[in-house]
Amino acid sequence: MQDYSVTHLKQLESEAIYILRETAAQFERPVLLFSGGKDSIVMTHLAMKAFWPAKIPFPLLHVDTGHNFPETIQYRDDLVAKLGANLVVGSVEEAIKDGRVVEEKGPNASRNMLQIQTLLDALEDGQYDAALGGARRDEEKARAKERFFSHRDEFGQWDPKNQRPELWNIFNGRMAQGEHFRVFPLSNWTEMDVWQYMKYENIELPSLYYAHERETVTRNGTILAVSEFVEPREGETVEVKQIRFRTMGDATITGAVESDADTMDKIIEEVAAARQTERGNRADDKRSESAMEDRKKAGYF
Amino acid sequence: MSTEESSQEKGYLDMDLLRFTTAGSVDDGKSTLIGRLMYDSKAIFEDQLESIENTSKQRGDEHVNLALLTDGLRAEREQGITIDVAYRYFATPRRKFIIADTPGHIQYTRNMVTGASTANLAIILVDARKGVIEQTCRHSFIANLLRIQHVVIAVNKMDLVDWSEDTFNKIKEDFQKFASRLDNIVEISFIPISALKGDNVVEKSENMTWYQGPTLLYHLETLYVGPDANHIDSRLPVQWVIRPHSDEYHDFRGYAGRVAGGVFKPGDDVVVYPSGFEAKVKALHTADGELEEAYSPLSISMTLDREIDISRGDMIAKPNNPPSVGQDIDAMICWFSDKPLNPRGKFVIRHCAKEAKALIRDVKYKVDINTLHKIEGDNEFKLNDIGRITIRTAAPLCYDSYKRNRVTGSFVLVDAFTNETVAAGMIR
Ligand SMILES: Nc1nc2c(ncn2[C@@H]2O[C@H](COP(=O)(O)OP(=O)(O)O)[C@@H](O)[C@H]2O)c(=O)[nH]1
Ligand SMILES: [Mg+2]
Repeated sequence: MQDYSVTHLKQLESEAIYILRETAAQFERPVLLFSGGKDSIVMTHLAMKAFWPAKIPFPLLHVDTGHNFPETIQYRDDLVAKLGANLVVGSVEEAIKDGRVVEEKGPNASRNMLQIQTLLDALEDGQYDAALGGARRDEEKARAKERFFSHRDEFGQWDPKNQRPELWNIFNGRMAQGEHFRVFPLSNWTEMDVWQYMKYENIELPSLYYAHERETVTRNGTILAVSEFVEPREGETVEVKQIRFRTMGDATITGAVESDADTMDKIIEEVAAARQTERGNRADDKRSESAMEDRKKAGYF
Repeated sequence: MSTEESSQEKGYLDMDLLRFTTAGSVDDGKSTLIGRLMYDSKAIFEDQLESIENTSKQRGDEHVNLALLTDGLRAEREQGITIDVAYRYFATPRRKFIIADTPGHIQYTRNMVTGASTANLAIILVDARKGVIEQTCRHSFIANLLRIQHVVIAVNKMDLVDWSEDTFNKIKEDFQKFASRLDNIVEISFIPISALKGDNVVEKSENMTWYQGPTLLYHLETLYVGPDANHIDSRLPVQWVIRPHSDEYHDFRGYAGRVAGGVFKPGDDVVVYPSGFEAKVKALHTADGELEEAYSPLSISMTLDREIDISRGDMIAKPNNPPSVGQDIDAMICWFSDKPLNPRGKFVIRHCAKEAKALIRDVKYKVDINTLHKIEGDNEFKLNDIGRITIRTAAPLCYDSYKRNRVTGSFVLVDAFTNETVAAGMIR
């Protein structure tokens, strides 16, 4: 008899495509949240596959903190042009100027919380009823309990104790006026799966993911790239290090790792040997044990 | 690249997937067991370990509490209980695993049903001191109802019964008496373990030399799990119609979906249900090129040799073994809502890509899931109740029995007013 087994990567791909198509079909105005991080790059690639040869039937939304590495923006614009996709940008900078949000003060200020409000505003402005995110359940404990279709009330909040059960491959996207959904097609992927898939699919990544030399400072144990947003403080010394990034976010808080992995194969080797989770060097998760859960309830991804 | 490297890499890309769920009563050690599996198979990262070490210390726990790895939400950490399904991932060089960690409280049976719906295997924990109890039967019944074909009875806390072989054998006998009534389960294994100390989880126990069988992890890694999918009855539920509106693909109409059974090939005769229109498969598309055959669970799009009217919710199948098509559905359901089933309520049924209004026609009986007997004279479905009903749908569904196909034989009921998912159904 013929062998109809399907490898786990193919199963994950097929599942993600299924979720993307369900999202397009069940919602009036879905949007794909593009952060420039590798997970959202993979999700965009899967969206391209799900609707091929047609274009992706929803726009990409980038919440721009104004603290981006230029490489991220360049990459985003090239990708959007290549796919013929529609890009919408929500700007934290403008939200601050309009007085909709107030910048955090103090030495550990970040724009992470401001991103939430800007995101919620952008979702409201565009009247989007489903926002596709690249979050994975293996990233963090609170995320391990996320649904594929995650319901948000009219305030954009997540109620983890009252989630809709998800069975088989049936997803219930019904909602009342003013509510919306977060949808996570990569829920079942691990960091390793994402890297292996990118290699298998030959997906190009922003150069920041590969080891390169850069001026850095080390703050609370986190290696930060020196830029116009991160300047050395008293007592900190600028060191040139061979680094790369494992996640992509606000340049003020995204920690780098020292590495000489300058090819996909070397990165995969490094990921396989890693003893720290990829979020382990994000200052925002370190604030408290349930930092992620609190941010998620408030509407963070 | 050296040969060793390339064979490793092939290993990763060729790896298969086992999805399992854990069940047992509160405090039987489910979270500890999962923590142990992940810890001993090195799926835990340093920062995760550090964070739970700190929390354990703060709470004054004697050992590092491995359960904290899976008990993710704040309320769970505070109360020390699991209140929702958590999904966990780990891999060994042999296999990738997805675990659904489901809570054991009676009021959370719905979570066990949820975890079981996508699992190929269930680990049911039994506390060696307590033996087979009502909950054990309940969980086995659910595993059987949801058609999980492989079950492991993990007799835990063997350290607290002096590693006694007699105790283990007694539990095995008790369970086997009950299990003869579980007709869907193909295989049951019994493994004596201590999740806390690690005996027979990843490492063989030195305290139970009388046990000759495999460790739990070895069993999970090597168990043959036949393809879950039905490869006989060809089914493509249409999710979405791809129309590129571009010059190059001007007439392209791809019926997109995930194959739910059988095998499709170009040139095959197909019938579209419920309309009954016939056509031939022109091609099977993916962004990577055309396929020579498509089978479950691949996501594809299909083009046909003639234009017919097909939309989301339709089912493409082959003429020799068609699905049932109808508006009267006979099913076993599990009730998920705090509010009891109102037989005159308004519902929406979701089945494959189809959504339709639905009414409850008849409540036939409820099942006492401890004895597996029908309950006489009480037809009110409350949270966690399981039983048989008939439903009338506003539009025809194209379905199979759940026994034949887990995808085309399952549905959920949604309350038309609150939009909550209130029941899971398995078509008879
Ligand atoms: N002595 C002993 N205690 C155990 C064992 N497994 C779990 N426990 C303890 O039993 C309690 C409940 O465990 P937990 O994993 O939270 O149970 P759950 O409610 O099924 O998730 C905890 O105090 C564990 O340390 C075991 O094999 N031996
Ligand atoms: Mg638990």
